[in-house]
Amino acid sequence: MASILTVLFNGVAYGFLLFVMSVGLSVTLGMMNFVNLAQASFSMLGGYILVTAMQSHGLPFLVCLPIVFVLVGAVSVIVERLIFRHFYKTDDLTQVLLTIGLVFMSIAMATYFWGGSYQRFDMPSWIIGQKEIFGLTLETYRIFLVGFGAVMAVALIFGLERTQLGAMVRACVDNRRVAGACGLNTELIFAFTFAIGGGLAGLGGALSANLLGLDPNFPLRYLVYILIVVSVGGMGTITGTLIAALTLGIADVLGKYYFPQFGSFIIYLLTVAFMLWRPHGLLGRGA
Amino acid sequence: MSVMEPAPAAVSQSGHDYFATLARWKIWEILFWAALAGCYFVPEMDRMLMSRVIIWGLFAMSLDILLGYRGIPSLGHAVFFGTGAYVAGFCGKYGWSEPISALFFAMAVAAALGWLTGKLVQRVAGVGLLMVTLGLNLILFDFVLRSTDLTGGDDGLQGIVIAPVLNMFRFDIYGRTAFWYALVVSFILFIATRILVNSPFGLALIGARENPRRMITLGAPVEGDVSRAFMIAAAIAGAAGALLTQTTQTVAPPTLSFQRSADVLVILIIGGAGRLYGGFIGAIVFILLQDYLSSISPVYWYFWIGLLLVVIVSFFRKGLLPSLDALLQRFIKRKPDAPS
Repeated sequence: MASILTVLFNGVAYGFLLFVMSVGLSVTLGMMNFVNLAQASFSMLGGYILVTAMQSHGLPFLVCLPIVFVLVGAVSVIVERLIFRHFYKTDDLTQVLLTIGLVFMSIAMATYFWGGSYQRFDMPSWIIGQKEIFGLTLETYRIFLVGFGAVMAVALIFGLERTQLGAMVRACVDNRRVAGACGLNTELIFAFTFAIGGGLAGLGGALSANLLGLDPNFPLRYLVYILIVVSVGGMGTITGTLIAALTLGIADVLGKYYFPQFGSFIIYLLTVAFMLWRPHGLLGRGA
Repeated sequence: MSVMEPAPAAVSQSGHDYFATLARWKIWEILFWAALAGCYFVPEMDRMLMSRVIIWGLFAMSLDILLGYRGIPSLGHAVFFGTGAYVAGFCGKYGWSEPISALFFAMAVAAALGWLTGKLVQRVAGVGLLMVTLGLNLILFDFVLRSTDLTGGDDGLQGIVIAPVLNMFRFDIYGRTAFWYALVVSFILFIATRILVNSPFGLALIGARENPRRMITLGAPVEGDVSRAFMIAAAIAGAAGALLTQTTQTVAPPTLSFQRSADVLVILIIGGAGRLYGGFIGAIVFILLQDYLSSISPVYWYFWIGLLLVVIVSFFRKGLLPSLDALLQRFIKRKPDAPS
């Protein structure tokens, strides 16, 4: 019994990681209908910034996280202003090809700057080890992840539902043209959302680097998971993304733990079946 | 997506004349195939590389039927390529070493899979479609990688024996037979595809690409055409996969990886979709560039492929061939205006 709960808990921790990585893509996809596969590259960049700040400059872990958020957010908004905004009116396929080209380039650049091997992390001592909670032995780092992810999710849902900025973002997701006609600066709101989404992706990458391993192929390995979360959850909904990410995280960890011979097979099968059943995702609306 | 509007003169023609105009071979088409065949006689030419170019061209052309003519993007086209490759591999391994009949068999299996896929996805569109095709690709890849008893897993199939083509031409290490075999099979399948897309069926595909609702009101079986287009595209992709297995006598999981699906999409986009030749032009550019770049920097060559992709979609949004064509048309149109 205890082992099932531990595995479940690990799944939840993994799910929150996936949520933080993909929530930005979900919102920007809902807003601008822009398929940004380079989201996975932003995550990788976050991981590498964390490595550099911690290993080369000796900064403490908790100081590094805001730095990662700000830097990756800045990079993503620069990329958005320079490249992506010219492609909002093109079809899905062009956007997929453009951003997968950028993913290829980011992989080669990561190899150039940081080398092709897995990165080593020296996590602070307070986060290593295990803790006993309710009779369960849980890894401290995963407890930290679950807490962090839950706070992020609550903050995002609250921010989107209750703040003025959130209302503006929702208006843009619902109908960008009408929102613009009402006097909202949709371009600015979008750039801002994009920056936050990119920063969160970077944060997700930084948090996962220790757990999932970080090498230049990181974007290709996790791109599929991010896409599954976004399309199953439905684009433009934070709650849908959260549910999809947690379900995927739990299912993946459970599947790999109890049926290791199948690997990710079950996940892919369920995703395909789900997409055929509801092409617009769990909480997504028809295009 | 490039629109193949019929020339203004063609509108007034009868339907029969219209299709006859489409079917006529243009001089540059003959030149293209002659040049491809002529590559064989160029000294210093790497014939194995050239047969790889031809096979990739055929593979990209099969995707063109779906993407260029029907407007369905698929992120999982390697499923059919890999199926063909593995079926041909199994044939060679378990005693069916005659290549041509094995090729047909591989095509039939891939076609059946394609038809099923078409049935499955005919109601899905947009990001959902991309996800489903990608998911199918991942499922098959995972399956092949894990069934080590059946497929040899990571190492691929061992001990594939391919008999000489027509009992006369052995597959040698110089790639002489491989080159001609790949070229002739590709040419035959190209002609078949050319007839198909220039037929009323091809026109119906283009119609459904441009405006599916209107096609339905005209009484065209739009959804049925999707599964048929998938079936045909899958058969040709399967043939390309079987050709690769038979010319190299090996088959390994990368033949049906997602990477391969992405590569073939890139090839088609580089060349230009909706023209039949786009796949071949793209394959020439992509495979030769890949060969060259990976020989000068084995680690970083994907940077240049990525950059190429970004440049193509930014500046030649329709691909090389249509962009060149547009340039040529402008040039021809301007000429009469020039003072003479």
